Amino acid sequence: MFETYLHTMILILDSTVRLSTPLLLACLAGLYSERSGIVDIGLEGKMLGAAFGAGAVGYMTGNAWLGLLAGIGVSIFLALLHGFASITNRGNQIVSGVAINFLAAGLTALLGQSWFRQGGRTPPLPKEGRFQDIELPFAEQVETVPVIGPIYSELLSGHNILVYLAFAAVPLTWWILFRTRFGLRLRAVGENPAAVDTAGISVVWLRYRAVIACGILCGVAGSYLSIAQSSGFIKDMTAGRGFIALAALIFAKWKPGNAMLACLLFGFLDAVAIRLQGQEIPGIGDVPVQFFQALPYILTVILLAGFIGKAIPPKASGVPYLKERT
Amino acid sequence: MTPAIELRKINKSFGPVHANKEIDLVVEKGSIHGIIGENGAGKSTLMSILYGFYQADRGDILISGEEVSIADSKTAISLGIGMVHQHFMLVDNFSVLENVVLGAEGSARLAGGLSKARKELKRLEDDYELRVDPDALIGDLPVGLQQRVEILKALFRGAEILILDEPTGVLTPAEADHLFKILEVLRDEGKTVLLITHKLREIMAITDTVSVMRRGEMVATRKTAETSMEDLAELMVGRRVLLQVDKKPAQPKEKVLVVDGLNVVDSRGVKVVKNVSFDVRAGEIVGIAGVSGNGQSELLETLAGIRSASKGTVWIDGELIDLEKRDVNAASMRQKNMGHVPEDRHRMGLVTSFAEYENAILGHHNDPRYSNGMLLDVAGIKETARMEIEKYDIRPPNPLLKTANFSGGNQQKIVLAREIERDPTVLLVGQPTRGVDIGAIEFIHKRLIELRDAGKGILLVSVELDEIRALADRVLVMFDGSIVGERAPDADESELGLLMAGVHGEAK
Repeated sequence: MFETYLHTMILILDSTVRLSTPLLLACLAGLYSERSGIVDIGLEGKMLGAAFGAGAVGYMTGNAWLGLLAGIGVSIFLALLHGFASITNRGNQIVSGVAINFLAAGLTALLGQSWFRQGGRTPPLPKEGRFQDIELPFAEQVETVPVIGPIYSELLSGHNILVYLAFAAVPLTWWILFRTRFGLRLRAVGENPAAVDTAGISVVWLRYRAVIACGILCGVAGSYLSIAQSSGFIKDMTAGRGFIALAALIFAKWKPGNAMLACLLFGFLDAVAIRLQGQEIPGIGDVPVQFFQALPYILTVILLAGFIGKAIPPKASGVPYLKERT
Repeated sequence: MTPAIELRKINKSFGPVHANKEIDLVVEKGSIHGIIGENGAGKSTLMSILYGFYQADRGDILISGEEVSIADSKTAISLGIGMVHQHFMLVDNFSVLENVVLGAEGSARLAGGLSKARKELKRLEDDYELRVDPDALIGDLPVGLQQRVEILKALFRGAEILILDEPTGVLTPAEADHLFKILEVLRDEGKTVLLITHKLREIMAITDTVSVMRRGEMVATRKTAETSMEDLAELMVGRRVLLQVDKKPAQPKEKVLVVDGLNVVDSRGVKVVKNVSFDVRAGEIVGIAGVSGNGQSELLETLAGIRSASKGTVWIDGELIDLEKRDVNAASMRQKNMGHVPEDRHRMGLVTSFAEYENAILGHHNDPRYSNGMLLDVAGIKETARMEIEKYDIRPPNPLLKTANFSGGNQQKIVLAREIERDPTVLLVGQPTRGVDIGAIEFIHKRLIELRDAGKGILLVSVELDEIRALADRVLVMFDGSIVGERAPDADESELGLLMAGVHGEAK
């Protein structure tokens, strides 16, 4: 009995990790951007663009790393577009983010159709065009050890490199943010850009760097969807993950450690939803699939509506910096 | 000795506005040099050029005798110039230490820079008596200490020249005194201090030399010891100003405002106004003096209906108003003919993104004179605004201009015009001349006296003791939420000072 429970639990947690990864990458991407004072609701669009770029190049070259590079490239390009609109031209950051989402949704479908003629999707990727799961050392040997064995060999081992990258990015982001000069300046520019400016540091360049960091991470997140988690790009495959990541970011109060927990929670709900589809719940009976699919979104609304206490964003987020002397 | 700073024929224009015209300035090393002028005289522009915010169109800058070009703040910092801005350039949720090192961290990793900075702060603390806890969060510190952090920031970067832009605007008198002591220490250690202000008293108290700016020009430089307040005031505005307000003795009549047993508790649950009772008669100005933060603001806001009282009653023109009632609010107090010039015109007095004419009736928009209940009578409102602009000499005379584009003095006149022209029985006035230049101060004071002589009651709250003494017919001193004494306006200044500090209070 216990064995089965444990096994089910490990399976759910295993898919939790897989489902959390793109959220976590996008969430950390948003963290860099928003900590610098640039609100980014274009996470979704950047992920989608990256997923398409990675899928297309992965298919054409049969090389996962080139696919990843292409995905990151597309995402950085979109990020720079957002930067140009909101940093250089001091435009409205929400409008620019929305525009990027539309641009990505439309362009990926259009290019996908005209290049591959499969209704906006890429053809299935060859094996080399995808990131393969990695067996950690001794995974097979310890499998039989009770409790710890399955946890190690099923839960921790057997993910692709991007998953490990995503979770390694959490402490790395924390270290960058709180232990380096760049991090100090990044946090400062999101709170009071004038303080950074008068300290002799370029606000514009600093924010561009943050936006590029955001682009890189979004690129990895999007690539993960098309060339690691699945094998190929599907139209609109991000399915709102960029927005969930944004919600997780607020939920996490813009802190890397919290971001990981928030993304794991959302991933867990997703995993539970998939697991419980079509199953009867004792005492309740048949629950419609849609309910479980809606669960993460309902939770997001409830949590954001007030269960997390006051989430105070970086003070200057969303405000274009204008050198102004009165 | 080579001067610390020498400016030669500096020119700077913004579009049609010639903000700095042919400015020459010599600042001696190891001195405190004041630059005084009305708002908009070009002081801040000049300092911004020195700190690399703007580049001069023409002219030379010499630092310690060497010609330099200051392209940005970074260059200014490397030349040993530090600046304490009027609005602090600090990150609220950073510690003091983090704020100090920002931009001068030393290496890519923070740890080394931070520990070095900690040692350096300790040294600066000992050398200049600048005590601040390096681990305190900026947001938790009072403004006086925040300013000290700004000074530390400059010194940490090796500043030899320190520019302070209107440093006392946000300080209490005690904090300002402390600042002056620090500046003296800095000077004695050989630093050069440039003090930008429009307060004559500060110039006289602290500077060695003073330069006067007027409408973009440097009109005079004097040794402070060889000049006087009247002299400087005249140079600033270009004509003789009466610092003493000309007024006849008051002729108080019936009581128009009676406050009885007023208590106010703020949102933190702290009792900020304690059992305050007083009255104001028609035809007199009652001044409330006190160090800022002793309950004056809350008292004013409660009487204006913005804040609710926990206990207390008020009579306006004989009509009883129970301030504890829920239906007492700003609108209902206005209907009782209570005018209010709030202390903070930006936060409460104006919507700065509105046009001038819209602000001219703000809070009176339901008045049948301006609205039929559905639509505003825009033409009529503009007419009213034009009349007020003319009567109060509000410049530029354009009711369509965005209010943010008026200078502080003119903004204040907009508020004052709105309140006075509605013909109030009682006018509550808070800090009427804060951040206002001398010309406008004189005008505002005259208007208030005229209103008094027209038989209105005025309650004046100001942290500027000089202002209270010049305007009020009776002075009430508030300390720690209570009224601790009443004095005549010509009472001994040190006696008033002691009352304000809570010493020798005859509190009930």
